[in-house]
Amino acid sequence: MKDMGEMLLREEPFAEIVMGNTALVRAMVEAQTRVVTSYPGSPTPEIASAIRAIPADQRPFYFEFSTNEKVATEVAFGAALNGHLATVFFKSVGLNVTADTFVQLSLLNIPGGMVVVLGDDPGANSSQNEQDNRHYAYLSYTPIFEPAGPDEVYSYYLQAAALSQKLGKVVILRLTTHVCHAKETVAFRGYTPTEQDNTPRFSVKNGPYIPLTSAVYPMKERALRQLGEIEDWVDKRNLHTVVDNNSKLGIITSGLVYLSLLEVLGTVPPSKTKPDILKLAMVYPVPRHTIVGFLKKHEEVKVLEELDDELERSIKAIAYDLGLQTRIIGKNDMGDWIGEYTPEKVEHILHATWPDLLETPELPEPAGQTPARPPQMCPGCGHRSAFHAIGEALADEDITVADIGCHTLGFQEPYNLGELVLCMGASPGIGSGLSLFNTTRKVVAFLGDSTFFHAGLPGIINALFNNHNLTLVLMENGTTAMTGHQDHPASGRNFNEISEAIPIRQLLEGLGVPSIFETDTYKQEELRKIMRQAINEERFNVVIARHPCMLLFAKKQRKAKGTNPYQVHIDQKACEKITTCIAKFGCPSFVNNQTDGTITVNKDLCIGDGSCIPTCPSKAIKR
Amino acid sequence: MKAFNIYLCGVGGQGIGLLAEVLLRAIDYAGFPAKAVDTHGLAQRGGIVVSHLRYGDNIFSPMVPAGKSDLVVALERHEALRGAESMLQQGGTLIYYNTVLQPLGVRLGKDIEVSEELIEKFCESADIKLFAVADEDLADPRTQNIVVLAHINKLRLLPGVNREHMEKALGDLLAGSLLEKNLKLFDSLA
Ligand SMILES: Cc1ncc(C[n+]2csc(CCOP(=O)(O)OP(=O)(O)O)c2C)c(N)n1
Repeated sequence: MKDMGEMLLREEPFAEIVMGNTALVRAMVEAQTRVVTSYPGSPTPEIASAIRAIPADQRPFYFEFSTNEKVATEVAFGAALNGHLATVFFKSVGLNVTADTFVQLSLLNIPGGMVVVLGDDPGANSSQNEQDNRHYAYLSYTPIFEPAGPDEVYSYYLQAAALSQKLGKVVILRLTTHVCHAKETVAFRGYTPTEQDNTPRFSVKNGPYIPLTSAVYPMKERALRQLGEIEDWVDKRNLHTVVDNNSKLGIITSGLVYLSLLEVLGTVPPSKTKPDILKLAMVYPVPRHTIVGFLKKHEEVKVLEELDDELERSIKAIAYDLGLQTRIIGKNDMGDWIGEYTPEKVEHILHATWPDLLETPELPEPAGQTPARPPQMCPGCGHRSAFHAIGEALADEDITVADIGCHTLGFQEPYNLGELVLCMGASPGIGSGLSLFNTTRKVVAFLGDSTFFHAGLPGIINALFNNHNLTLVLMENGTTAMTGHQDHPASGRNFNEISEAIPIRQLLEGLGVPSIFETDTYKQEELRKIMRQAINEERFNVVIARHPCMLLFAKKQRKAKGTNPYQVHIDQKACEKITTCIAKFGCPSFVNNQTDGTITVNKDLCIGDGSCIPTCPSKAIKR
Repeated sequence: MKAFNIYLCGVGGQGIGLLAEVLLRAIDYAGFPAKAVDTHGLAQRGGIVVSHLRYGDNIFSPMVPAGKSDLVVALERHEALRGAESMLQQGGTLIYYNTVLQPLGVRLGKDIEVSEELIEKFCESADIKLFAVADEDLADPRTQNIVVLAHINKLRLLPGVNREHMEKALGDLLAGSLLEKNLKLFDSLA
């Protein structure tokens, strides 16, 4: 696997242990996908890492990180109109950002074919919610494939691409966090590179492409009609799986939940018959024939679906229409709506459904005695220095609004800054609202630099347009740090090449921001001063609090030099145990020796940045 | 072979991902079917990083069910206790690298640092075989994962997987001087 790039382009068939995200890229290659776009977000960034492993000059498709998910979808759509098979991928909540674009796609004929790959996040492992994106399929009449593991990520992408090309219709491949990141051996087919056709084939004859007034009806009709064709197509290819144990009990499920279910059914004692299973490859459109057939064969059918109850409602409606007597068991209590359907959770649900089937599951272990370990800003992080100085400039009652990114972690102790967060780019707007009728509490909003371009600009322009009174702190670290250091429009590089960096300061000047302050966050005194001045201006202004991402810097430094050459230490004679370093500055490199009360520095963590040095009142931190 | 479940845990940046990938490939070289899943993303900012790894017959989910681990491998002392408490079954094995990366609450003095004795006591009460390893002279903290790998081999903690499988796996994942350095360390301890 040393050479992932070679593997992804290998022409003869092979088998390899891969992550779901990697299997997806091989499928894109085999399907002759021509254009792939994205905006980074967990659990999908490793898809781009796999793409990166293919040397740019050998990459059989174009890839870009776009400014946000909406633009990414539009770029992929445009390419597909020219006849190129296109794919866009992003995390769950990215679909909200692109919703205005996305909901139109299913109405349109897309000659090249287009697959939308979603990285949903049941369990909210790394997202601000665990939204069930299957709702969007119902809203827009878009089919959804749901793979259970890397093997199916690969095969279902190929199916999705084929279906999309056949119908000229957008198709969703819905992955979830532990499908993206699961690893197993996948048997890949061969790959035959073919001559690529670059002719721009866009034509209004493939349309209509203008859904205005009554022109919408035939477009909607086509979308609805296609749902039946899609159902047949999946049926003919036998993509749904039936596990027949000759039982009167049945379970309908899909995706990774199926694997949790098999795991749990492995514990059913041999004396008992295991329920039959219908595992759906496609969960929308709900495959009516398949479901009716399964219902008719069983006295009781449990619908085992993670998150919301879309399948349950559809299946109950089908049974009601046909007057079927099968008892359909859906969600039981609120817990069934919340969290990932891990094997433990499925065991619990099945036991509640059919108490005799499984032995009583063990109660979950009582919470252990280990102290919690919340994520932290890294040693040397410029955001920490920013919070330290800004916290000193603000009064307790002032209101601070966070946005999405590494700086969101500032809400924790010891900073308690950024007291609420909604979604990407929301902080300038929320801050503007918090400033209305408010003459006593200063409002400060934080925003990362990738987020600035992603969705931050409209809120900033609105604050100018409508004269809102708040200070926006731009946490400029030169990269999209939280998701793994992807370049953004101000980085001076895109995914493929050097590109002119869009200068944030000049952009703000061009918009007419009346005052812009700027400093490196390590300059504590200056940042504090600037901040006091900014919040007292009684108008919209911006503080650019810049420092390059030190995680990225430290990684590069280690690569070049092998270690972190400079580290700080604490001069025990000078230390007066005021503990500013731990209790206020809060770098994780400091060690609180609980036995003797001394503070020391953990050499495995300190990167020698020295950002802590000016924060010690006793000047005890030394290089 | 009956399914064998491994749960790996540590703190972001410690190299849990590489250790998990080496074990997975070693298991593959040993000829067993295997599944695994890692955490990525947010958790890596000094938070908890975990990896599930399972091999043997009749494995479906890549995730080790809670309390069903045969082996917990931890790269840090607090995570060793947390992993053992939540994932290890009675009679299982815990191996950890005995270093401390203080969680926020411990640094702030609100929580008590987990001691070696606390782990010993817990393991005794739950009938867990315990191995704490460390190498005081280790030049580069990022190779702590290799020290643990070497001990996993020496202690024969993975049924059916041996040194050659692990070396081959390392060779798959690392190259050049980095591979040389890690192999040398592995061989000196394994
Ligand atoms: C709509 C949406 N897309 C993507 C993400 C994933 N995401 C979480 S943090 C983050 C990084 C933001 O980068 P930046 O604003 O530069 O802040 P940094 O992490 O660098 O401090 C992203 C893209 C998200 N939460 N929501």
